[in-house]
Amino acid sequence: MEHIVIIGNGIAGITAARYIRKLSDKRITVISAETDYFFSRTALMYVYMGHMKFEHTQPYENWFWEKNRIELKRDYVKHVHPETKMLSLDSGEQFSYDKLVIATGSISNKFGWPGEDLQGVQGLITRDDLELLEVNAPNNDICKRAVLIGGGLIGVELAEMLHTRKIPVTFLVREEAFWSGVLPKADARMISDHIISHGIDLQHEEELDEIIGDENGRVTAIKTKKGETIECNLVGLCAGVKPQIGFLASSGIETDKGILVDEHLQTNIKGIYAIGDCAQQRKAVGERKPVEAVWYTGRMMGETLAQTLCGNPMEWSPGNWFNSAKFMDIEYQTYGWVWAEPKDGNEHYHWQDEKNERAITVEFEIASRKFIGINTFGIRMKHEVFDNWLNEERSVDHVMEHLSKSCFDPEFYKKPFKKINTHFQNQKVPS
Amino acid sequence: MSDYQRNMSLTGEPPKSLNAGQKIFTALGLFGLAILIIANFNVNFPDKTLWLSIALGSIIGGIVGFSWATYSGKSAGIKNDGVMFKSITSRGLWAWMAILAFSGFYVLLYFYPQYLGLVADGDNTGVIALFDPFSKFLSGNPASQWFVYGTLYTIAILSFGIKFMWKYRHNSYELIRTGSVMFFQASFAFIIPEIMSSLNQPYYDFKNIWPLNYDLFAGYKIDEFLGAGNFGVAMLIFGVASIFVITPILTYKYGKRWYCSWVCGCGGLAETAGDSFRQLSNKKQYAWNIERWVIHSVLVFAVVMTTAVVYSYLKGNESAMSIGSWNDFSDKVVFIGEQDQKPLHDVVLAAQEAGAAQVVYLDRSDSDQMVTLESKEGITIPFNVVKEKDNVQGIKQVNEQKQATLLPVDRSMADIKIEKGTESVIYDNVWLSKESFVWGVVGLLTLIFGLVMIFKRKELAKDAKIGAVAYFVIVVGILVFTYLDGSGKLFFFESWKLNKYYGFLIGAVFSGVIGTGFYPIFGNRVWCRFGCPMAAILGFQQRMFSRFRITTNGGQCISCGNCSTYCEMGIDVRAYAQKGENIVRSSCVGCGICSAVCPRGVLKLENGSMEGRINSDSVLLGQDPDLMALLSGNKNS
Repeated sequence: MEHIVIIGNGIAGITAARYIRKLSDKRITVISAETDYFFSRTALMYVYMGHMKFEHTQPYENWFWEKNRIELKRDYVKHVHPETKMLSLDSGEQFSYDKLVIATGSISNKFGWPGEDLQGVQGLITRDDLELLEVNAPNNDICKRAVLIGGGLIGVELAEMLHTRKIPVTFLVREEAFWSGVLPKADARMISDHIISHGIDLQHEEELDEIIGDENGRVTAIKTKKGETIECNLVGLCAGVKPQIGFLASSGIETDKGILVDEHLQTNIKGIYAIGDCAQQRKAVGERKPVEAVWYTGRMMGETLAQTLCGNPMEWSPGNWFNSAKFMDIEYQTYGWVWAEPKDGNEHYHWQDEKNERAITVEFEIASRKFIGINTFGIRMKHEVFDNWLNEERSVDHVMEHLSKSCFDPEFYKKPFKKINTHFQNQKVPS
Repeated sequence: MSDYQRNMSLTGEPPKSLNAGQKIFTALGLFGLAILIIANFNVNFPDKTLWLSIALGSIIGGIVGFSWATYSGKSAGIKNDGVMFKSITSRGLWAWMAILAFSGFYVLLYFYPQYLGLVADGDNTGVIALFDPFSKFLSGNPASQWFVYGTLYTIAILSFGIKFMWKYRHNSYELIRTGSVMFFQASFAFIIPEIMSSLNQPYYDFKNIWPLNYDLFAGYKIDEFLGAGNFGVAMLIFGVASIFVITPILTYKYGKRWYCSWVCGCGGLAETAGDSFRQLSNKKQYAWNIERWVIHSVLVFAVVMTTAVVYSYLKGNESAMSIGSWNDFSDKVVFIGEQDQKPLHDVVLAAQEAGAAQVVYLDRSDSDQMVTLESKEGITIPFNVVKEKDNVQGIKQVNEQKQATLLPVDRSMADIKIEKGTESVIYDNVWLSKESFVWGVVGLLTLIFGLVMIFKRKELAKDAKIGAVAYFVIVVGILVFTYLDGSGKLFFFESWKLNKYYGFLIGAVFSGVIGTGFYPIFGNRVWCRFGCPMAAILGFQQRMFSRFRITTNGGQCISCGNCSTYCEMGIDVRAYAQKGENIVRSSCVGCGICSAVCPRGVLKLENGSMEGRINSDSVLLGQDPDLMALLSGNKNS
């Protein structure tokens, strides 16, 4: 029986394992150094905030794995030896495979800041990071202030988390508004205002210069590029993530930023594949980035690779782009592409309610009026409806007219679509 | 509970301490409770009305003030910070103390009301006496333990309802739904029955539907309805229509939520006072298996018990026995039938006290033995015995209020002449014969069983099929056997015993002591999930024949688990959402919290077409369309 070994029990690796089991009878082993069982990484924040216990983050009961004959191995892979098809594990064991799937995910970006390895400096990706955070910032006695570096999705999560324990947070963001490298200005400003309204000290256009420690090697303050010194006991590194591929050095597996894979998610070595955050497409798909550290992408790559491994070779061909997040109390969904600045020949339409709790931004082609994508804030919309509209290449006018069809807000919610439509029609009139 | 674990490495200093406002209002609420407890030790309060007002006002003020201190300073949004750290909401010491207090109260309430101050003949004492002025104000009667309980229950739903609304103030569905349970509790469950009782009408909570209201068809209750004239009959008809007509229609249109989380009193308490404990429900698969067996067994028990009780009522065992001064018989002719528990003399005397003009005993037996009064002591109105077979025409005329002549058994007596227009009350239940009742029950059960097996067989899991067939065969078998064996005891037991066992085990221990008393350990819906026979019926229909479902939003689920964690019914919502499947589960009460806590907008409660409602072949959106088709093809094969 062919033995498929998967390194990493995150969403990519586990989805691959589950789908291989659905499609075949192969022997499957998942190796992880992080946890015994799969948990949902996206839910780590809720454990710190006390919304959930860690066990609630595990989507499958512990008996599930044995019942589905998915072998779980708690160990760390130190080296991959493609020529002998062996893995060297931290325990000293040599572990053999027939096919190998690398799904090792990401680690926090570090940019060589002075003091970046001090105690009290951390990211929030793994379960270990969560435990570390309980040590570094259990309460506002031990952590009198936290400084977060970089304004991404992990940053805003960390801000919300620390806020629940009444730890003052300073949030340094390089851009002029939150996540404005991704969000259009108006959207980004609304989110900035929302974060500030929660009492977070959000500082725009400010960057980390150095991290200062005491004689015990613990962080005591940071210095910003503008020269300000901020005393703190925790520095959260949230300036993006990068693929975790250190253990592949000298393995012969080709890497760049991530593990280079072809359209079948196969590395340069036959029988070795990479999926999820750690993979880098040799040829990017559509407008997507070659490295896509997105939960949904990891899941879908796992589904695709399972097909290939079970005798149905399949190219990585994700459908229309979608994503979601939650910024404190504001839910965000996006379907299709909305760029921070409209692409050449495109335009943005933006609507926002008086209370700054709901908004949409739509990108469309000016000439053809083709609908390109939508960002929604505080309004839930139907994935399926937008997926169809994008496939059918509908016009922005069609989308705006039928926006209420995509509504996924709970019953009895006040629907903003009439207002949006009127506003949109008024905007269309040339001034 | 084996679920209880404290992972040292993952619990730190949490957001669990109370702020100053919360402390003050907790103290205020406890002060109100303390007055009630002191009153129960028979400390005599000079002005009961004043002190009761102070006590209840403090409790309400404490709860509402606590909500204000908790939520007013926070922005609208999900407020579950620290739930898993706080002792009371995560099975800590306070939770165990709380269940001792709650379930202890229920034990006193159900089994030892005398320790709450209930005095059967005479003035109440203790805490019940404190409620006397309020009860007299509402209905004119002194308070009972149930009045005290009803008042506190209503206060809990109203004040914790305000707390819930504050907590979910951004969510219109939750606001309206909570407004609804508060309204139904305050009016239908509390005020209206008290007012009806003050108007000498039967005490009836219209929304308390059989089989949740398991005593609705008990003999004394039916007599109360029938004794209250047209209005009473209308109430009885409404009671029957509630379960057989109204409930199926509303459940088809909206799912069981219309009842369980919009109307029901148990649901009302669970959703308001119990909201803090929703995360404690067990999500494991074994719990679901236990749930399915236990709740359906309770339903079978309820059906068996009610069948036996109604049957024994129709036998006439309980009818004439229940006559008392509460009946209004002024100038009426009262017909009574065979009954063997209360001496005939006492029955006639009771009818006389209720103003009857005369009493006629309708003898349906074929025996030649004469029915006679044990003594005539105190009886001043005429009493006659007539044979049914001698008077078929006459009885018909009496029923139609025509002039009639009846032939007494004792031919030495003169014929009984009844004037045209004389009102008669018949206490012999000829309106529904026991035969038609028993065969009606058998027919109804067979019909439901047959329809499900013919049309919905494929939707039943293997164990559900086994359970359904086994229960059907056993229940109908025993019913027919015991009916035909002539012992008069359906299901081998005397009906009052079945009723008593049910009332003790299910009505008191399960729904009260455990169902509510154990909120802080088992969660707030333990009764609704494992025990309520009404929920079993509604849930069965919801799963088989309803437009309600929770839809999932394409591929947006991130498997975080908030939905499952906060599902009070212990449904593993995430298991469906992460596969893109709709959630169509018997137990779902449609509280809407899974949708509210979802950080990515994945879940929506909807009523839609039955077509494609259950989509277990669905594939998550986001992939190349070919892959979607392929995967679903694989899953189907």
